[in-house]
Amino acid sequence: MIDIYNLLAEIVGEQHVSNHKEERYFYGCDPGLTPPHEPDYVVMPETTEEVQQIVKLANKEKIPIVPKGGGLALTGLVIPQKGGIVIDMKRMGKILEVNEKSRYVVVEGGVTHGMLQNYLKKHHPKLRHSIPDSPAISTVVGNAVIHGQGRLTQQYGFNSDMVSGLEVVLPTGEICRIGSHSISSQHWFSKGAPWPDLSGLFLGWFGTTGIITKLGLRLYPCKKMRDVMVFLTDKIELVPDIILKLTHTEMTEDIVVNEQPLPPRMKGNIYILIIITGDSDEELDFKRKIIWDALWDIFESRDGGFLSVPADMKPPLLEMPSRDVVRFADVRKGGGFEYSGPIIPLEKYPEFITKQKELVSKYNLSYSATSRVIAGGHCMMYAFAFTFNRADPDEMDRIRKALREAAEFTVEQGGMMWKPTIEEQKMIIERMDPNTLKIMKKIKELLDPNGIMNPGNWEA
Amino acid sequence: MLQLNFDPAKCIACKTQDCLVKCQYLRLDKDKAKTEMQKIINGEDSFVLHDCVTCYACEEYCKMGNHPFYLIVERQEGKGILPAPRSIATMWINQCEPRGRFTVGKVKERALSFCFIPIFPLWATGKLFDGIASSYIMGEEFFCNAVFLHYAKMSVIKDRLPKVIENIAKLGIKELICLHDECYGTFNSLAPAYGMKVPFKTTHYFEYLYEKLKELKDEIKPLNVKLAYQRPCSNRLSPKTQHFVDDIFNLIGAHRVKREYVGENALCCAEVIRMGQGYKIADDVQKRNLEDMVKAGAEYCVFNCPMCYLSIGDKVSKRGLKPIHIIDLCKMAIGEKTAPGV
Repeated sequence: MIDIYNLLAEIVGEQHVSNHKEERYFYGCDPGLTPPHEPDYVVMPETTEEVQQIVKLANKEKIPIVPKGGGLALTGLVIPQKGGIVIDMKRMGKILEVNEKSRYVVVEGGVTHGMLQNYLKKHHPKLRHSIPDSPAISTVVGNAVIHGQGRLTQQYGFNSDMVSGLEVVLPTGEICRIGSHSISSQHWFSKGAPWPDLSGLFLGWFGTTGIITKLGLRLYPCKKMRDVMVFLTDKIELVPDIILKLTHTEMTEDIVVNEQPLPPRMKGNIYILIIITGDSDEELDFKRKIIWDALWDIFESRDGGFLSVPADMKPPLLEMPSRDVVRFADVRKGGGFEYSGPIIPLEKYPEFITKQKELVSKYNLSYSATSRVIAGGHCMMYAFAFTFNRADPDEMDRIRKALREAAEFTVEQGGMMWKPTIEEQKMIIERMDPNTLKIMKKIKELLDPNGIMNPGNWEA
Repeated sequence: MLQLNFDPAKCIACKTQDCLVKCQYLRLDKDKAKTEMQKIINGEDSFVLHDCVTCYACEEYCKMGNHPFYLIVERQEGKGILPAPRSIATMWINQCEPRGRFTVGKVKERALSFCFIPIFPLWATGKLFDGIASSYIMGEEFFCNAVFLHYAKMSVIKDRLPKVIENIAKLGIKELICLHDECYGTFNSLAPAYGMKVPFKTTHYFEYLYEKLKELKDEIKPLNVKLAYQRPCSNRLSPKTQHFVDDIFNLIGAHRVKREYVGENALCCAEVIRMGQGYKIADDVQKRNLEDMVKAGAEYCVFNCPMCYLSIGDKVSKRGLKPIHIIDLCKMAIGEKTAPGV
């Protein structure tokens, strides 16, 4: 019988492989509602070559592999449904290159958003990347693989849209370069265009088609000043129009829409946070006025208005990532947090918030509805977010049912579930155009003939 | 049902109509002012009800104490006229609702009111507050609710203020030193205007500071600085407290610069105006106010209301003036460290 443990230890060193119960327990669960399932081994490679050797071993022995970044997707995407090997990428934590002129960075597969944020602040203060509101330990690659969003998503699209190249270890062990550096290893400025964009074979696939060991990411100007404006309305039906007017100005960095019953000041209103940036007071002031004027008719009708935000209230609203998200995640003091974050057409916002309120009332839940505008307003992410006490199985069951209903509602409304659970993936597959599904199946079989990559996910 | 003590006969007999003629935001001559005020008294519509920026100043301009501003607020509410968007008023109503999260120190017969402004406990320290710092009340249960004058919600004030007075009285407080100017104005103007009895003495913190500084006068080192004073809207409810600003400045050896926008002609911080009337008027008010401070040669802008400080402190700094609360200014004069800024 082959001793997998020793073979893995030969690749990464004994310190960086484990089949102990403690590690298997830890790597078998996430903070969401997906039932835990332990891996047989956990391994932490340091180089692409080590990843390659692990994959070759797993492919030869037909052992499932689950690549893992920060493990913060919350929907069970890195819970090893069929055991096998979890490849924790955190040791691949080098920031390899920053190109200031073409504004991109190349990172290894385990670099976290916190690491990149601090690195840029220290070494390249005129550049920034799109920081998600997940904890700082979420990884750049993990976030891109799930089509995550961040503080620049309103301007530039999903964080995955900002990818400028990939290095991938294929399920059969080959190393594959995607984008401009496929022809010139020096340049990571494009992930595909003007040629076929092969990054789509890996982004959004949740690690079922390969392991991203390096990633190029576009960087953007870091303005000297940021400010926040807060627009309140009690008319849900006005929200799409407000967003349309705001995005028409092309003056905003980020637009986030919040609706939640707590703290009490938030009850009864929709809070629209508008972030603006500038290199001078004059620039900020100009943007403020343009934004005010864009919503002037709503202000005059008294259906909405700007809140004067005192200086002491601004830092928490401008903070990246926002600590409020983490605070909300533990509001029930039980360590449980999950949300379904469908991507929806802008005009559907009122229907989704009405549905959320219906679910909250039906299942007696604590909730927050946070939505982020994507790519200038073509769509938005709507989060059905629920927090729960892991020691309260009844509450967890109610949330499961609520999220199930939310997913069904999303599909009915033409929305797309973001980072769907396996159950939700099945729901999507059942409704998907058969020919689309056929393409997905062909791609999956071509790249992963033995079906070893994160099995259970995207199984057509 | 609480009724406003308003006497229409006083308005009819008024020779000046100062309440509206002196308004810094509406342009009315005496005749027009009389006509519009009569409309308001009669319960008819008037452009004044729509264009009022809720600066409270007419309450001060009326020397007969007839409460024109409270009447305007009553009429706005009665007619559903919104001086600010509904959502802003809703936010304040929900935020200020008492929900049992108040803090009470070792309350004695003499106590400090921190309203529910978290910076006050940080300011009320040192020799100026020796012997009283631990005797305080803070929280929505003790909040004066005058802010709802800005949102045409007199009904909220009438609903909540009697309970606030009761909450304070129940603690056995005989003298309440109000650190928030607006609380003092509420207990001495708004409550009596509606016949609410306030069964405890209220002292404006200006007076408290003045008396304390006199006790500590040997420790005062004259500051010899030039100051501009930012008078808040709420001080229109208690204009008699204004002389304490000069009294304190004289005691600490500071010089108040001569300004156009001073006393009755003072300009408010304008952030409430921004929420209700928009940025154009607010920016204009702030620009005129700050330029006046700079032109007068002030080195410091001295604040009374913490909300004014929070609202325009940064803008004051950018104009080259140092923003400071009057409590901190007094601390500077006796050689104490100032508290963290708001």
